[in-house]
Amino acid sequence: MSHDEPLLAIDGLKTHFFTREGTVRAVDGVSLTVPRGKTVCVVGESGCGKSVTARSVLGLVDEPGRIIDGRIAWQPGAGEPVDLTTLDPKGERMRRIRGGEISMVFQEPMASLSPMYTIGDQLIETIRLHLPLGKEEARDRAVEQLRRVGIPRPEERLDAYSFQLSGGMCQRVMIAIALAADPALLIADEPTTALDVTTQARIIDLLRDLQAETGMSVLFITHDLGVVAEIADEVVVMYLGTVVERGGVDEIFHDPKHPYTNALLGSIPRMGAGAGRRLATIRGNVPHPSDRPAGCPFHPRCDAAIGGVCDVSDPPHIVFGEARSVRCVLHDDGAAVGGDFRVDGERA
Amino acid sequence: MAHTTAGTDAATATDSGPATDTDAGTDSVTGGETAARGDDRWSSASQRRLVWWKFRQHKLAMAGLVVTGLVYLIALFADVIAPFGTSTFDAEYTYAPPQRIHVDWGEGLYVHGYTSTVDEETLQLSFEIDETQRIELGLFVKGEEYELFGLIPWDRHLIGPVDPDEPMYLMGGTRTGHDLFSRIVHGTRVSMTIGLVGVAMAFVLGVVLGGVSGYFGGRTDMAIQRLVEFFMSLPSIPLWLGLAAALPPGWGPMQRYFAITTILAVIAWTDLARVVRGRFLSLRNEEFVTAALLDGCSRPRVIFRHMLPSFSSHLIASVTLSIPAMILAETSLSFLGLGLQAPAVSWGVLLQDAQNVRVLSTAPWLMLPGLCVIITVLALNFVGDGLRDAADPYKR
Amino acid sequence: MLTFIARRCLFMVPTLVAISLVAFAIIQLPPGDYLTTMVSRLESEGQSVDQAMLDGLRERYGLGQPLHEQYLKWISGILLHGDFGQSFEYGTSVAGLIGDRLPLSILLTVTTLLATWIMAFPVGLYSAVRQYSAGDYIATTLGFLGLAIPNFMIALGLMYVMHTVFGYSVGGLFSPEFRDAAWSLAKVGDLMAHLWIPMVVLGTAGTAGLIRILRANLLDEVRKPYVMAARARGVPERRLVLKYPLRVAMNPFVSTVGWVLPALISGEVIVASVLNLPTTGPLLLGALQSQDMYLAGSIILVVSVLTVIGTLLSDILLAWLDPRVRLGYR
Repeated sequence: MSHDEPLLAIDGLKTHFFTREGTVRAVDGVSLTVPRGKTVCVVGESGCGKSVTARSVLGLVDEPGRIIDGRIAWQPGAGEPVDLTTLDPKGERMRRIRGGEISMVFQEPMASLSPMYTIGDQLIETIRLHLPLGKEEARDRAVEQLRRVGIPRPEERLDAYSFQLSGGMCQRVMIAIALAADPALLIADEPTTALDVTTQARIIDLLRDLQAETGMSVLFITHDLGVVAEIADEVVVMYLGTVVERGGVDEIFHDPKHPYTNALLGSIPRMGAGAGRRLATIRGNVPHPSDRPAGCPFHPRCDAAIGGVCDVSDPPHIVFGEARSVRCVLHDDGAAVGGDFRVDGERA
Repeated sequence: MAHTTAGTDAATATDSGPATDTDAGTDSVTGGETAARGDDRWSSASQRRLVWWKFRQHKLAMAGLVVTGLVYLIALFADVIAPFGTSTFDAEYTYAPPQRIHVDWGEGLYVHGYTSTVDEETLQLSFEIDETQRIELGLFVKGEEYELFGLIPWDRHLIGPVDPDEPMYLMGGTRTGHDLFSRIVHGTRVSMTIGLVGVAMAFVLGVVLGGVSGYFGGRTDMAIQRLVEFFMSLPSIPLWLGLAAALPPGWGPMQRYFAITTILAVIAWTDLARVVRGRFLSLRNEEFVTAALLDGCSRPRVIFRHMLPSFSSHLIASVTLSIPAMILAETSLSFLGLGLQAPAVSWGVLLQDAQNVRVLSTAPWLMLPGLCVIITVLALNFVGDGLRDAADPYKR
Repeated sequence: MLTFIARRCLFMVPTLVAISLVAFAIIQLPPGDYLTTMVSRLESEGQSVDQAMLDGLRERYGLGQPLHEQYLKWISGILLHGDFGQSFEYGTSVAGLIGDRLPLSILLTVTTLLATWIMAFPVGLYSAVRQYSAGDYIATTLGFLGLAIPNFMIALGLMYVMHTVFGYSVGGLFSPEFRDAAWSLAKVGDLMAHLWIPMVVLGTAGTAGLIRILRANLLDEVRKPYVMAARARGVPERRLVLKYPLRVAMNPFVSTVGWVLPALISGEVIVASVLNLPTTGPLLLGALQSQDMYLAGSIILVVSVLTVIGTLLSDILLAWLDPRVRLGYR
């Protein structure tokens, strides 16, 4: 890649939902970047705003949600970056970006395909929407795409319906559709959550191979740290609509700085960790975004919380390097404090 | 799981909670990492409460509830509200036009009397409102005696002429010289109860057959489904007509009433059976049912304590929606002369008088019972719709 | 597809048998049989009864034999010879009476069904796509009214308004000068000019129901993940609604023939009586009132069978539209 500018740079994104019960700040000031050719994983518990962040990129936030602040700079080529938040979500420019430059794969592969049309119909439709191909050429390309994602006998499969395929096969089809027009970025929104474990592994392998083959970037959303370890170049940890920590995959796994990251890592079950031990959990639940705690959103569940500080003022944003930052008062002096504190479970 | 202690509020704790799930439903609830969250008022309320809160937001449904309540009150107190009994008539006043109630602050309520003229050729009576005559009206006046609720003898009527022999036709007179207003009020009884009684019968049939079908599945389900499909594929009115025509002509009003209600119920149960079956089928595979079974609950207990409460509100909604259909069916049957017959009074029976244009053009008020049907059916439909929307208070 | 149709036809057989049993039961229900009714009627009119004719009729209908043999005789007469029995009211064969009126009944029902679809489709679509718009509220209100007003009230109201305001008498399907005339272009035109009133009256409830169904289904479908997925791959907004959810929402639309058709045929009985149409409805009503049971039972039989066939056609159409049904996944 010739230039250093990131492919996608989200800066201070705020997506709020204006419901009758009040405003829900689902995404509240998220900043992250996706470098060219890299895989960035967004991790966090359910309800922390990962999916809304992903959908905001493509302008797919449903009513009553709205992007109210922030920039999403998209720079696929050498030209000026486009701010995706300024595009009309129903307009032609956004339509061409969707599926053409940025593609998305969803959580439920079965439900993401219309049962009324063959998969070939939906695949060819996408190809012809974005590439100037005739019917026959598009069909050939569709067969080629299906073969590329590892679907056996692709010519026959073109005429199959989604309900005739397994979940794993459907997800492969979704990936084929997503990659049909050679997008520069693939957003995968928990693409393996609904699949069984062996299928998960195969889909992850497929995504990694395809990424290596095409050189595209991947924004991968998951709550599964095992997947993160396998696929990520960089990791973004989210909690309640904010990014609490950012860093390279090794830094995050070996030198977590935020207590939340630490706690997440502590709650991964490990082989050989010793029989009879309880798995560490993070106490409490993610509060609903509509009643976010004051100060640091994590403080009610944080073992290292400092009374009078964490529950009063917003945590500072501390930058350690170009792609490494954390939002926690514990690192306010700039010194390396990491490792001094642990959650209960890990000490055991 | 919370469901093992079931009851009406069983589903409250584990469903994703009443507050909006802003991740647009894409972040699935994995392994209990998310549980009841949000404010306590919602999460601690019983399901019945939640349904009521949701229902109250539905303005049309609330209006419908008020109207329905009023109509049933009228049915209950028909004897008091109607100025005259069902058998009182005065042949001198056939097709008498409706009178307007006037208020005189000194003397109270009054209506004007009639002067009638007979057409020399056709011998038809025609009426003029005579402004010079005043017929004094009173509230809770003495009139015909009746027994309130069939028990308490009384003779007061909500409104009526002070002198019971004076003519009062607030909604006009019928072909026989009955007071239409009184007849409509009395007809409320039959028209409104036929819905309730019929639906009660259909409910028992529908719930039992639908429940059996949905719970046991397999061959039983197959057989019952064929039966339901058979009943649904029949055009109901010809069938009703056929059955109603076969009723012995010698039967009294009571026997006819129950026979007609039964005929209506025999065909109306299919809808309820389908609803119940569908719910049972979808619930059968729910985890809380499996959990209850694993906990050693007996089958009846699983059905009645765990499954039934979780869709009782849907059931109530379907029942409410089938009452108006029943009322319409009775009205149609009676209108055609094959349902209830005079001396029984129902809105449909009253509409029999309004069969042809010539009568309608001289006495358009004979369509008023139809208006009552429309208002009542609309109100019940609104209530049913509101209930259906509120039945699932966790969904939005 | 062929196996689907074959299976579906096979399912129809028990239904048809059940319908014939019900029709037979209706014939048998009133006390006495055809002959006792006829004899008492003839006697009341002061005519003498010919014993030889009675015996002939008794033999023909198998009267006095056990019920199942009477049934077999009756149904085989219909199936093998098209013999539905005699109407004593009209003194002619039931088959002829029905044959005279059935075509108009079918014409009325089918045109009403089509009109219902044509009306309900755009309105339902608009109502769902522009949810909570003024148009949506109007459509919803009209829908509620359409469901709450009994057919015959609409007919009465329409008759009253036409009579008092326009001085125009509504009723019948033909003007007097065409009533007994042979078919000609002018007669067809006259029929069309009369047909719209019963169509409006009959179609209101069905249209209202269909609008509600289409709207609810479409709103359901628009929220499904595959719509979001299609939008995310750059499918234009218009096609997004028209191509994907509408196809699924069409299904209930087609399968509603299953209940719209019986409802239309039911409504036809009442509306035709009020509007005095020369269709099977008033014939049935008259037959029931005068206990002309062979005629009544036969009309019920024919009309029910036609309904079942209509439902079958709609199922086949549905299978053609929906691959899930066609391939047996649902």
